[in-house]
Amino acid sequence: MRNLFALLWRNQFFVLFILLETTSIFLLTQSYSYHGSLAYSTTGDISGNIFNSYNNLTGYLSLAKENTGLIKENARLRNMVRPSSLLKDTGYIKNDTSYKYIPARVVQNTVNKSNNFMVVNKGNNDGILKEMGVISQSGAVGVVVGVSNNYATIMSLLHSKMRLSARIKKSGQLVNVVWGQKTYLFGTVIDIPSHISLEAGDSIITSGNSMIFPENILIGVIESHETDLNKNLSSAKIRLGSDFNSLYHVYIIDNTMYQERDSLIRITTQGYE
Amino acid sequence: MNNVIVLNIVRFLSLGLAQVLIFNNMNFGSYINPSVYILFILLLPARINGSLLLVLSFITGLYIDYFANSMGLHASVCVVVGFIRPSIINLFFRNQEFASNEGVTPFSVGWQGFIKYSLVLVLAHQVLMFYLEVMSFNNFFFTLSKSLLSSAVTLLIIVIVMLIFGKRRRF
Repeated sequence: MRNLFALLWRNQFFVLFILLETTSIFLLTQSYSYHGSLAYSTTGDISGNIFNSYNNLTGYLSLAKENTGLIKENARLRNMVRPSSLLKDTGYIKNDTSYKYIPARVVQNTVNKSNNFMVVNKGNNDGILKEMGVISQSGAVGVVVGVSNNYATIMSLLHSKMRLSARIKKSGQLVNVVWGQKTYLFGTVIDIPSHISLEAGDSIITSGNSMIFPENILIGVIESHETDLNKNLSSAKIRLGSDFNSLYHVYIIDNTMYQERDSLIRITTQGYE
Repeated sequence: MNNVIVLNIVRFLSLGLAQVLIFNNMNFGSYINPSVYILFILLLPARINGSLLLVLSFITGLYIDYFANSMGLHASVCVVVGFIRPSIINLFFRNQEFASNEGVTPFSVGWQGFIKYSLVLVLAHQVLMFYLEVMSFNNFFFTLSKSLLSSAVTLLIIVIVMLIFGKRRRF
């Protein structure tokens, strides 16, 4: 035993290397998946405050572009509001109101890695919880994976483990959206049934199946679609709705029915697992 | 002695902050992600105790990981850089006499030596990091070209930082 310790001590450089390397690789593999990110994300008020104060210094640089985006969004929303005369119509169907939108400001964001995250200035104190969806004025953005008191970390759509349940707007077919591209402008639609042919400009929207996003939120529009008749499922390139490089204001989506639907699903699936 | 510790703490904090606030947000065509913070490991005293070097490298990596939300990625790569650093120093500067606590800087080993030494460690760091980040050999050449481009930019920024801060304050 004593000899063993002596041996380890003599080779302490190598032993320490192995120890530290194993620890880091363990941390890396644990935090790699979507669920790993939920457990291991490092969201802290310290880093949040540093990002926030830096953002306060530099944030105004993008304000002009941001304002134009917000005005466009306002115009779009005004077009969606029904004129008051129609509200008295008995045929009017009430919209799904189980979603609540919490505005937040992006204080840190990357687009140049294989796995991108962003930090926003709303946290636990504002009612943010893990697995809430995040959208910008022009499309889906990501999912909350870490929350501290005043800040939240969001797994961006530009993450190799991100996958959104989506729908082709014109045909209602269910597909999935992943990043799978080399720049932040584009994403990939996968699992498209082979009989569907998409044209450039077709919209891809959220399906609402995941309970994270409401339905009908734009994800992106088709850029190109190559149908391969030999395969059952094809994939297409989309131009993402959100401009990830200039994100400033986002909305975090609180699904007030989440608990209820989640427990319902749990009860009904319990017997089958 | 104390001077060296203070100097290194200042380097550690400032390079780390510069990394997470500035260099992590740089994107030239969204491919390049320079890791200038490893300058901290490069500049440590040449004859530093091996175990201390590994522990410092590990902490440096965790520091960046904490801000970049990439638990373990930078830590594992930095530990490798710390592990090969003594061998690289022996390889390039075998005949060089380093005073106690003297760092590997352009002024102790010359610009040529410093660039050669930095190039090897930066390359090792970037290639490892980009492959670990995607954790696959799909798009092998795309990842390789990203890491080579990123290494070149990292080295360029390191040289600029040394030109600006190097001589005057003995950064």
